[in-house]
Amino acid sequence: MDMSTPVSEAAEAQVAIDVDRVSKIFPGEDAVRALDDVSVGIRRNEFFTLLGPSGCGKTTLLRIIAGFEPPTMGALRLDGTDISRLAPDQRPINTVFQNYALFPHMSVARNIGFGLEMLGKPKREVNETVDRMLKLVQMEALKSRKTSALSGGQQQRVALARALAPHPRVLLLDEPLSALDLKLRKEMQIELKRLQSETGITFIFVTHDQEEALTMSDRIAVMRDGRILQIGSPRDIYQRPAERFVANFIGESNFLDATLSAGHVTLKAGGGAFAVTAPPGVADGPVSVLVRPEHAAVRAGSPAGDELPATIRNVVYSGDATTIHLELGSGELFKAKMSNSTGGGATLPSQGEPAVVTIAPGAVTVLKD
Amino acid sequence: MAETSLPATPESAAAAAPRGRAYNARTLPGFATVAICAFVIIYAPIIILVVFSFNAGTTLAIWEGFSLRWYAQAAANEQVQGAAIRSLYLAGSAATIATVAATMAALATTRTRRFPGRTMIYALINQPLMVPEIVTAVALLIVFAWVKVATGHNSMIYLIAAHTAFCIPFAYLPIRARLETMDMTLEVAASDLYASKKQVFTKITLPLLMPGIIAGYMLAFVISLDDVVITEFVKSAGQDTLPTYMLGQLRRVVTPEVNAISTVILLAGAILVSLFFWFSRGRE
Ligand SMILES: Nc1ncnc2c1ncn2[C@@H]1O[C@H](COP(=O)(O)OP(=O)(O)OP(=O)(O)O)[C@@H](O)[C@H]1O
Ligand SMILES: [Mg+2]
Repeated sequence: MDMSTPVSEAAEAQVAIDVDRVSKIFPGEDAVRALDDVSVGIRRNEFFTLLGPSGCGKTTLLRIIAGFEPPTMGALRLDGTDISRLAPDQRPINTVFQNYALFPHMSVARNIGFGLEMLGKPKREVNETVDRMLKLVQMEALKSRKTSALSGGQQQRVALARALAPHPRVLLLDEPLSALDLKLRKEMQIELKRLQSETGITFIFVTHDQEEALTMSDRIAVMRDGRILQIGSPRDIYQRPAERFVANFIGESNFLDATLSAGHVTLKAGGGAFAVTAPPGVADGPVSVLVRPEHAAVRAGSPAGDELPATIRNVVYSGDATTIHLELGSGELFKAKMSNSTGGGATLPSQGEPAVVTIAPGAVTVLKD
Repeated sequence: MAETSLPATPESAAAAAPRGRAYNARTLPGFATVAICAFVIIYAPIIILVVFSFNAGTTLAIWEGFSLRWYAQAAANEQVQGAAIRSLYLAGSAATIATVAATMAALATTRTRRFPGRTMIYALINQPLMVPEIVTAVALLIVFAWVKVATGHNSMIYLIAAHTAFCIPFAYLPIRARLETMDMTLEVAASDLYASKKQVFTKITLPLLMPGIIAGYMLAFVISLDDVVITEFVKSAGQDTLPTYMLGQLRRVVTPEVNAISTVILLAGAILVSLFFWFSRGRE
């Protein structure tokens, strides 16, 4: 999953959904460019997440893959075959809708069996698969219920089982957990991961919840204004964001002014030189760098050597961790997050007192802009 | 969806309001008087009509005891029988054609991409609600007179065509209302699950639309059953429906037989309208 290795032929063959330079323009008086030259290869048996703020085009991309909406430009391939012109019922791709879209006039079992029934499978096979699906999502007891008599979580499971039953090659999920409360949401996150590995189906998952994306995905595509800014593993995206927007959208960030020179950066706030790998296209000179709050440590006292001097502004205790808000010597504000299990927060100075910030080696990331 | 969009019942609204402060029209002065007057004006004549349909005497003024003789007489009257069968045949044909047309019109105005003139079409479909019935009746009289002369053809077809036309908006409105509240992602979901366009319609759209279609059909049926003005202008000799037959009778001697027929029509209408409300609520 390392993006830096060149794409081998084996990896190329692994691509299930190939989105090739797709653009989507909704015509009208104020035409919207919902997707702008999007290219992405989603691999077989991958849990792939589209992450981005509201209106960035996630649903539009999903609808184009499902066939509900034709692309204005570009091509869409499934296992190497162009499917851009196929109707939704001709594509071996199923969708779990955000509002579930269960058929209110059918029982749970008939909902789940609907896809197979439409494919003209024999009754026995349909019934067997429905039973297997009910077991998979732990809904056996509610087989003959009307779908309107189900709780949100139960409806979610039925929607999932219904989309999985025809064993599609790709499953599309548009924010399927957003209507659930936090506890159920966490449970369903684990369940979705389990289902994905058990069925071996490629999942394309949409969310605007960064934590959900980080915990569930094999790879994440971060989108903004109809474009994909970065594709990578959760680790890549979190630790090596390519742009300020990505860094800001995922996790908490400190952005600091610095100077890049021969593979090293020097912060405006001081603290010596940090070895870095600058992203391509960034020249020596003034740059913006990212430091995650948990990669910095704070202690009372005066700086020695390469440590950064700072003044404590505020200390916030949040159970498992303590967040210290500081003002650096350069006047920049800085957040440091320290785990409480190591006793980090215990011996801190209080507000207004001088302190020292230590940034872990390798924790400084140079951003593109 | 259905539950949440239902308006709050008066009870629940009152329960949610702060204690004793809820606005209640019943406390307004004169509320009871107005309500009683209104109900008397609406129902007293009907009650009198129904009561006198059971009169043993031959007049509508003097009560001479209870009897079913006028019902028996009406049932045995061949003219009444003919008119009743014609009424049912006409209402059944007109409502059926109107409901099919209205369903197609409703689909065309809700399940297509916006096209220029869609609002105009909506207005055109509802034309019979806006043009005064007497105007339509005169217009039809003139046009059908030409057609009858030109073709020499003279059957119920003219009445059926006329009734179908004014029944369409009554069938259209509940069907369209149902389609508009229906979640369109259901149809998208069905096509995602390998249903062809035809299967989406027969397995999803039509079953979910059925309450609206039945409601529309019944409303159209009642409207046709009840019509006097257009029927009176369009009918040829020997094509009386129950309402026009009764109108004809009123010009001669009035006996409680008319009351008996009215009572039966009243009952039929009441049942159909109750069913209409039951179906249009969707029962979900
Ligand atoms: N049918 C449509 N007609 C016109 N514009 C549309 C249509 N569908 C989407 N858009 C526009 O395209 C852009 C992308 O919409 P999309 O629904 O893909 O966003 P999203 O990333 O799914 O957002 P959210 O997180 O809010 O669901 C938005 O600006 C939206 O207004
Ligand atoms: Mg969306």
